[in-house]
Amino acid sequence: MEKRLFIKGNEALARGAIKAGCRFYFGYPITPQNDIPEFLSKEFAKVEGCFIQAESEVASINMLLGAAAAGARAMTSSSSPGISLMQEGISYLAGSELPAVIVNISRSGPGLGGISASQGDYFQATRGGGHGDYRTIVLGPHSVQEMHDLSMLAFDLADTYRNPVVILGDAVLGQMQETMVDRPYPSPSLPAKDWVLNGASGRLPRLIKSLYLKEGEMERQNWKLFEKYNRMKKEESRYEMSQEQDAELLIVAFGSSARVAKSAIRIARSAGMKVGLFRPITLFPYPEEALGRISRRVKRFLTVEMNTGQMVEDVRLSVARDADVHFYGHPPGSPPVPEEIWEEIKKVY
Amino acid sequence: MKQVFKRPESLRDVPFHFCPGCHHGTIHRLVAEAIDQFQLRERTIGVAGVGCSVFVYEYFDIDVVEAPHGRAPAVATGLKRVLPDRIIFTYQGDGDLASIGMSEIVHTANRGENITVIFVNNTVYGMTGGQMAPTTLLGQQTTTSPYGRDFHQDGYPIRMAEMLATLEGVAFSARVALNTPANLMKAKKAVKRAFEMQMNDMGFSVVELLSACPTNWGLTPHKSLERIEKELIPYFPLGIFKERKGTDNL
Repeated sequence: MEKRLFIKGNEALARGAIKAGCRFYFGYPITPQNDIPEFLSKEFAKVEGCFIQAESEVASINMLLGAAAAGARAMTSSSSPGISLMQEGISYLAGSELPAVIVNISRSGPGLGGISASQGDYFQATRGGGHGDYRTIVLGPHSVQEMHDLSMLAFDLADTYRNPVVILGDAVLGQMQETMVDRPYPSPSLPAKDWVLNGASGRLPRLIKSLYLKEGEMERQNWKLFEKYNRMKKEESRYEMSQEQDAELLIVAFGSSARVAKSAIRIARSAGMKVGLFRPITLFPYPEEALGRISRRVKRFLTVEMNTGQMVEDVRLSVARDADVHFYGHPPGSPPVPEEIWEEIKKVY
Repeated sequence: MKQVFKRPESLRDVPFHFCPGCHHGTIHRLVAEAIDQFQLRERTIGVAGVGCSVFVYEYFDIDVVEAPHGRAPAVATGLKRVLPDRIIFTYQGDGDLASIGMSEIVHTANRGENITVIFVNNTVYGMTGGQMAPTTLLGQQTTTSPYGRDFHQDGYPIRMAEMLATLEGVAFSARVALNTPANLMKAKKAVKRAFEMQMNDMGFSVVELLSACPTNWGLTPHKSLERIEKELIPYFPLGIFKERKGTDNL
């Protein structure tokens, strides 16, 4: 029988990372993600892992860069302001094509903001807060189970594409406890790491860099990255869709918002309204093709986010031209309740 | 006939692009000689800083990773923790190490990371065109201190080798210069000692090398050597500020 655990989201994520073979963690304390470094500092001692409390998030992300260059499965975690500090390093990871996992258990902002759940970092995560023409894969868990499962997946995607992967959770997902199935790591076969720096013994020296000064080099590198991002779009877009067959209205929401949306949909269904859910799991690549396809039949969408309107731009870019996209935003402070979304459903249905 | 001088194996057979009179080429050679002498070429990984230092990957025949500006010690930390039996060195200039990377160098040293830092102090930002550095001397004219560095405005030049020597995690901290044959021999010895410290798991080692930048100093290579003697060494004294002995390994 499968083992079930009743644990916190942050701990589930950390357990997933250990199972996936992550043995290097670099991070700096910040609420509401501290359970991750606390758990790993304790558990890594049992699996010969290496935990460093760095002097800053700037140092964390660059330690991660070094460990990734050496071929290790490595991660960092932080929360919104700390992730802002890491953007330079994330750009370098993308430019140097290094696999790494970066967890943002996001909080509210801008500025020091607050420690409550928010989805205000959607732009930062999906558009890249760092400089240059790059993309990171972004995973948006919505349950403790997904905090665990997507954590394992993140390492595989990072290695598959030699690219940084961001897990965008929030304070609710990190701090709540719920039951999850303690799934094993699936151990997929992945490309050999034939680019790792470990000393040029019996082979030519290797170089990991993002500086391209020679004529035409930078342009070629940017096109190469573009091809990779297109491959991600083709292969990796993930989403959950439910009750869409007869739907007159689809709610589009990710992460914590999607949980609240599910409750609102139950209320709507019991009132006889045909409402379904479209939940992106990968925020980049955005499941634009699937959303576009369903919009040929369903013509009304309500995007629900814990911000004043970010993912809604991707929804508008994805759906058919004759589809109506409505938006309901609940800025951070407290999460939305199902009833307020239900009120909104009644307005736009 | 006995060959008495040749290119170190750890350097590639390519001409240096550095300006006439620049000491980067000499420093590259010193580092390569140390790597050769201890037969470390196949297990050494270099971490390139940003600035003229970044081009170590063009010249060293070893694995190299490029770090963001100032972050080489953090990148080296990640590498060393994954590969504790490899030799890791960073190669950083004064802007990289003592300004934007001050936090990383201090904390990496304080953790006693078993890495070696090659710190090239030429008192200016070289690659960007000679702006004021944290090590620019008082009164020194640069493109961003056109009237000379004034401590009321810009503070004082930082003495990194002495400062790092105060940290418990540091095994070896020395400052050397490259302006005379005698100083060059001492520099060579210090660089070797720094790598030796790492090979013996003694902890963090750093060598600060007072280096000429004739282009941005507006001096001839020869006059630049005189400047090192008359202006740099009096403010940045040469010497070994810390050398951990075998018995007091932490």
